Amino acid sequence: MYVAVKGGEAAIDNAHSLLADRRRGDRSVPSLTLDQIAEQLALGVDRVMSEGSLYDRRLAALAIKQSRGDLIEAIFLVRAYRTTLPRFGHSEPVDTGAMAVERRISACYKDLPGGQLLGPTFDYTHRLLDAELEGDPEIPAGATRDGPPEAVTRIADILGAEGLIEEDFPATGQPGDINQTPMEFPLSRAMRLQSLSRGDEGFLLALGYSTQRGYARSHPFAGEIRIGEVEVEVFLPELGFAVAVGRVKLTECQMVNQFKGSAKAPPQFTRGYGLVFGQSERKAMAMALCDRALRAQEFGEDVVAPAQDEEFVVSHCDNVQATGFVEHLKLPHYVDFQAELGLVRTMRAEYEAGLGAPAVETPPTIEIREAAE
Amino acid sequence: MNAHHQASNYNFAYLDEQTKRMIRRAILKAIAIPGYQVPFASREMPMPYGWGTGGVQVTAAILGPEDVLKVIDQGADDTTNAVSIRKFFQRVADVETTTKTADATIIQTRHRIPETPLRLGQVLVYQVPIPEPLRFLEPRETETRKMHALEEYGLMHVKLYEDIARNGHIATTYAYPVKVEGRYVMDPSPTPKFDNPKMHMSEALQLFGAGREKRIYALPPYTEVVSLDFEDHPFEVQRFDKPCALCGAEAVYLDEVVLDDRGGRMFVCSDTDHCETRRVEGHRGEMGGEAA
Repeated sequence: MYVAVKGGEAAIDNAHSLLADRRRGDRSVPSLTLDQIAEQLALGVDRVMSEGSLYDRRLAALAIKQSRGDLIEAIFLVRAYRTTLPRFGHSEPVDTGAMAVERRISACYKDLPGGQLLGPTFDYTHRLLDAELEGDPEIPAGATRDGPPEAVTRIADILGAEGLIEEDFPATGQPGDINQTPMEFPLSRAMRLQSLSRGDEGFLLALGYSTQRGYARSHPFAGEIRIGEVEVEVFLPELGFAVAVGRVKLTECQMVNQFKGSAKAPPQFTRGYGLVFGQSERKAMAMALCDRALRAQEFGEDVVAPAQDEEFVVSHCDNVQATGFVEHLKLPHYVDFQAELGLVRTMRAEYEAGLGAPAVETPPTIEIREAAE
Repeated sequence: MNAHHQASNYNFAYLDEQTKRMIRRAILKAIAIPGYQVPFASREMPMPYGWGTGGVQVTAAILGPEDVLKVIDQGADDTTNAVSIRKFFQRVADVETTTKTADATIIQTRHRIPETPLRLGQVLVYQVPIPEPLRFLEPRETETRKMHALEEYGLMHVKLYEDIARNGHIATTYAYPVKVEGRYVMDPSPTPKFDNPKMHMSEALQLFGAGREKRIYALPPYTEVVSLDFEDHPFEVQRFDKPCALCGAEAVYLDEVVLDDRGGRMFVCSDTDHCETRRVEGHRGEMGGEAA
């Protein structure tokens, strides 16, 4: 009796030791090494870095191991760790035009300067389970170009040279930081893009998909997708110039969208932009679709669909926030439940005493229900 | 992996000093404008959003090495999440902890206000899931901020009135909206409305932290806090038919404990410290056994 709420501390310790046991699994199977995760589950690592917004392959691999492969849990681990790191400043805008591309494709032109470069893609593989991978087959080194990678002109710049696509203005001033400033709507585009870049892949995918099915149709073309490493530079006031501090792998997607023009702007193509850490084409494309949809007001388009609603999209795209609040429902709520129990019992008693009819006849309406908190 | 990953190498109370300063500035502003929700750059914490990250950040920002910390959830010190948060501060701040309301300098709480009246110098830190009292009437932050600015609270009264029209009484039992110093309508966090009167003119400083929603608000000591109501339907708190089965306390909030599958129930204090203190003092309820 009354033991249900006792012993919380011991219960937690026991649960954690059981978790550690299950995480390790069958002890006759060798433990995963971080190198194995970083090398062979690289796209999972990329997703954790991107949505965890911390570029560190080893920490991401550790988080994946610790979370038993639950990527949202791994993202959460990385984000919580990231909180404790000092913020030195921000980098100069990276130049994706100078990217050492490993993959670069365009759906707009058959051929173009720099060519179509497929890179390590699942596209055009037949999705047949490969029994050979049950073992450890000898894999020959992949075919690559000869010579050092060259900078490849971005498609948007090719269109831009003709004036057919809206101008992309160079970044000026402070870029803003969604970690350092509380969100206030409407957001600057930079802050919005930051939010989308670390937003949940599945959520953005579904929203991007919805724009293709008529909820805020924006006639997109995959102008260009490129994946590769770029140099990160930080401006040092003491030196008076920017120095390279390292390289990061990025996936960039430039969607090119139709625009009929308005009183203020001539007919031209518009942009939707996606940029994420690592190799994650699906995410970059979904982000670009959402970015364009969210620019509706900028172009005087009607806001009619969820994907166009900044407050809706940005407030709900963060999976660490979403998973925390959804899962908090399993925390005890007995105090509030007790209050509701009391109310339902009172109302039942009134009902059964023949006072059930409401004081005023009201038709069944959609009532505002309070979410459990 | 670097040494930073070891708990002992985290800064006191986990957050770095810059972040604490930012949170303290938000707290000071909140104290200066009682009931007003101050946006702050909430950080990711090592516990999930919705599990008290706002309260944890507020506590981390105000905690000093001399403080004595009490953490409760549903009124109890030993519910799992309260245990987890208390352990967190033991680990990253090495502060003294207690379950005694009277001994604590800072009490972090979820869903309850202790039964023992708080005194001057104590701080009660609430974990808040949805700080916006108007949220379920208007989902947009851009709109609700305007409504607060214009003191446009008619919608809330309409909602309470509709309750009365439909049910004969107000059907809000927890997170019952209050008006602070005649100005801001404020969400008291999902405490049962039973606790609302304890907020009024409290000697303690009351701080509210909402991590996911990035808001802090406050009630300085001796602040007027009035639960919304109507002249002909005055605000009322829940009453229980029986006293606590363990300590015999009356006029306290009780939890219902299901004893068997044949409808057996007992009602016991939700505030475990209050209940234990009373039993030590020799009070007994009908199922509390013999007095020592």
